[in-house]
Amino acid sequence: MNVGVGLPTTTPGTDGALVLDWARRADTGPFSSLAVLDRVAYDSLEPFAALAAAAAVTTRVRLATMIAIGPLRATALLAKQAASVNVLSGRRLTLGLAIGARVEDYEATGVTHRGRGRRLSEQLAYLRGGIDERQVGPARDGIELLVGGASGQAFSRMARYADGYAHAGGPPRAFAGAAARAEAAWRDLGRPGRPRLWGQGYFALGDVERGEAYLRDYYAFTGPFVERIVAAHLTSARAVKDFVRGYEEAGCDELVLFPTVSDAAELDRLAEVVG
Amino acid sequence: MKVTIVGGGPAGLYLAILLKKENRAADVRVLERNAPDATFGWGVVFSEETLGALREADPETHLAITDTFVRWDRLDIRYGGRVLSSRGHSFSAIARTRLLEILQRRSASLGVDLSFGVEVEDLPGDADLVVGADGVNSVVRRSLEQELGASVEPEGCKYVWFGTDLVFDAFTFIFRETEHGLFQVHAYPFDEHTSTFIVECPEPTWRRAGLDELSEDESLAFCERLFARDLQGHELLSNRSIWLDFPKVTNETWRRGRVALAGDAAHTAHFSIGSGTKLAMEDAIALRDALVRRSWDVEAALVDYELERRPLVERTQQAASESAAYFARVAGYLELEPIQFAFNLLTRSGRISHASLAVRDPAFTRVLDTWFARRPALAAPPPVFAPLELHGLELANRLVVRPESRAAGAGLVLSGFVAVSDAGRISPDTPTIGEWTPVERPVLLQLGHAGRRGACRPRSVGVDVPLHDGWELISASPLPYGPFGAAPRELDEDGMADVRADFVAGATRAAELGVDALELDFAHGYLLASFLSPLTNRRSDAYGVERLRFPLAVLDAVREAWNGVLAVRLSITDWAPGGLSVEEGVSIASTLVEHGCDLMHVEAGQTVAEDRPEYRRGFLTSLSDRVRTEARVPTLVGGHLTTLDDANTIVGAGRADLCIVDLPPSDLERELAPAPELAEATEVRS
Repeated sequence: MNVGVGLPTTTPGTDGALVLDWARRADTGPFSSLAVLDRVAYDSLEPFAALAAAAAVTTRVRLATMIAIGPLRATALLAKQAASVNVLSGRRLTLGLAIGARVEDYEATGVTHRGRGRRLSEQLAYLRGGIDERQVGPARDGIELLVGGASGQAFSRMARYADGYAHAGGPPRAFAGAAARAEAAWRDLGRPGRPRLWGQGYFALGDVERGEAYLRDYYAFTGPFVERIVAAHLTSARAVKDFVRGYEEAGCDELVLFPTVSDAAELDRLAEVVG
Repeated sequence: MKVTIVGGGPAGLYLAILLKKENRAADVRVLERNAPDATFGWGVVFSEETLGALREADPETHLAITDTFVRWDRLDIRYGGRVLSSRGHSFSAIARTRLLEILQRRSASLGVDLSFGVEVEDLPGDADLVVGADGVNSVVRRSLEQELGASVEPEGCKYVWFGTDLVFDAFTFIFRETEHGLFQVHAYPFDEHTSTFIVECPEPTWRRAGLDELSEDESLAFCERLFARDLQGHELLSNRSIWLDFPKVTNETWRRGRVALAGDAAHTAHFSIGSGTKLAMEDAIALRDALVRRSWDVEAALVDYELERRPLVERTQQAASESAAYFARVAGYLELEPIQFAFNLLTRSGRISHASLAVRDPAFTRVLDTWFARRPALAAPPPVFAPLELHGLELANRLVVRPESRAAGAGLVLSGFVAVSDAGRISPDTPTIGEWTPVERPVLLQLGHAGRRGACRPRSVGVDVPLHDGWELISASPLPYGPFGAAPRELDEDGMADVRADFVAGATRAAELGVDALELDFAHGYLLASFLSPLTNRRSDAYGVERLRFPLAVLDAVREAWNGVLAVRLSITDWAPGGLSVEEGVSIASTLVEHGCDLMHVEAGQTVAEDRPEYRRGFLTSLSDRVRTEARVPTLVGGHLTTLDDANTIVGAGRADLCIVDLPPSDLERELAPAPELAEATEVRS
């Protein structure tokens, strides 16, 4: 299993210098990927813009959206943004897409919430379709695609169009259950091999309280469920190690650990633990 | 801290005990609508596992409960004039009245405020925490019906809950055939004098027997007569014992602000797996734990409580529904040999498998395996390793593997989709019958025409991703399959004649190649499947009125040309609104069997791109079971079976005859791989 790290694009206090510094350090550290989250109605950086910046200062790590909310974006533009980041990074993009969890993001972008699943399927088919008559380039072939979501339809969409599954986070047991469903869907759709399985978690190894405050704010929309997310926050070397081991046993291929604090020292602490 | 618990059943009382024990200062009150000694039902069952949890939660009640327990480890199945016993199933039971007495006494001694005969109409306003533990007909749930997304649906058979003064010495299932249909009994002892005796039958049987018009006494007399032999002169006892439908209670959420549901109010599990009281008392433990963990922050604790309990409860409810459905259709299994009937019964809910039964009761699986292998032996291999004879073809075992698996020794190897013609290919890399040759044997040649799912990019890239320079597609109706898919041409009579001829030519070629078995693809929205579903066949001609007409014509023509084993791969349901239901799918399967299909390869869905599949391990097993039982045909099923135990259980229980297994690679195999391969692998890496 590979371990990747999130870019601090949704945590408060991030500026351009931190994103670049973080990306540089991650590229030299023990991490295999740098990933971003996506949210419109929040004080956060746009995922493709952030990955483009990271692309400029890295040469090795994969750059991933974990996930981007596809239906919020016009399909051709989404394809163009993704393919551009892929070119800028020397073909290091992993594009994770899902319908997202918040209606607010749809309201903020003026996109109808209804029909979002069907719309995502169209986007995936478009992304996988290679050349098209209107010549929207660069070429999209070779971009690794992931799909997230927990419904039967999400799993069948994943198996139909993507290279793998992006899990939304939770204990290793929950990941293992989702992984079994992803593999069942993969076989059912007649795909060769097996899906790549991506998992995620949150960590703060320094200023834990600051990290918790961020999680409470970012996930306020989930109501009291936020406490569960805070409880799963990895705040010690041991917790990180147990989590990594649990995910590895559950069959995860790439585990991305997202920071809850905008501080480059957090990245160094994590590098020490997983390195 | 003020806690009001509505309902003084096991969930409510046990929660009151645990909360009061944890927090002596808390004001814990229980409001019960009945008198302290009123009760319904007879005995309740516990498993060993639950008892452990009770011991930890409150040793005093655990001791009082286990002191009066009746315990046994045998399960008897009375069927076809025989009694088949299985051992190693540890059960304990207690009279419901006795359990309530113990819980009432314990809560009173801890200072819980117990009020009986109190009818709650509105949610108590002054409590910090209100728990609706008021059972199936919960007033608390009803007062928040919308907010909780409550649903109550009948499931399983009609049933009536009696007692009897006959003390059974095992958990006993009795099956009795009558001119009205099959009746069955679930009976178990719960004290030194009495047993629970539940009688059930499907509703049509119940009506045919006239039970809908009998009084309470008359129906008791009817059941006494029916089971006179089993009752051995003892009588049935009534306690407002009337025929009921089992209500399956589910809620989208069990909590709203400071209000939570527990036990039957939140979720019921069909009595045939005996888990209702267990779930109720485990809810109480989980709720107490969450409150302690959250330092009595009620809202946060209720979130924890539900998050922790819901996956476990849903798993039990799933098993209970499987069990209820089993008993509703058990009449269909009467033709099974007694040992297989018994194994099917034991494994009905998915909680006991061949391997776990072999641990509990090794003699049982040995007898099953020996019977299944059909040869006298001291001990036979497990069911999947028994040979199968199909229409003259002898298969060494019941394991089927996919073409890419490269696992030697399987009873049958799937060829993967082979197109009858260039136009019938899925993608440019799909082999056609003209160029295909078998790689491994014995092989099941899967012959198909992709229909409107053709002209796509290879599946290594994705599925249903159209080529830009594809070929013309055909289907029952001119509807594109997925996004950016081309509209197919509606197949006309000439086109049908061509397709039929292609399938016949394919079958002829298969015979020349000496393939072991042939399969026609009627599944997953490909050409022949597109005729079967109302979602994809919108024709107004004879082929739309009679949707099976063209697929049957193909089957008939191939049957003429091919003498060997002929299988059909069929989507039994479309998993989509307005599409084929399971009943319709089973009926189609029956018709295909009448037309000479020897083996049904059970699939589901993919008729339309936006269907609603339910993926999990073994997601096709129950469909295979229904097809095998109702259409009376051997079945081949996959559905993500990842262990030999899955396959042994399915085949041993008669839910399928052949299983496609997807055994995950093991680190051990890699480690133990012969040295030359290691050397090779190293070379490739360097």
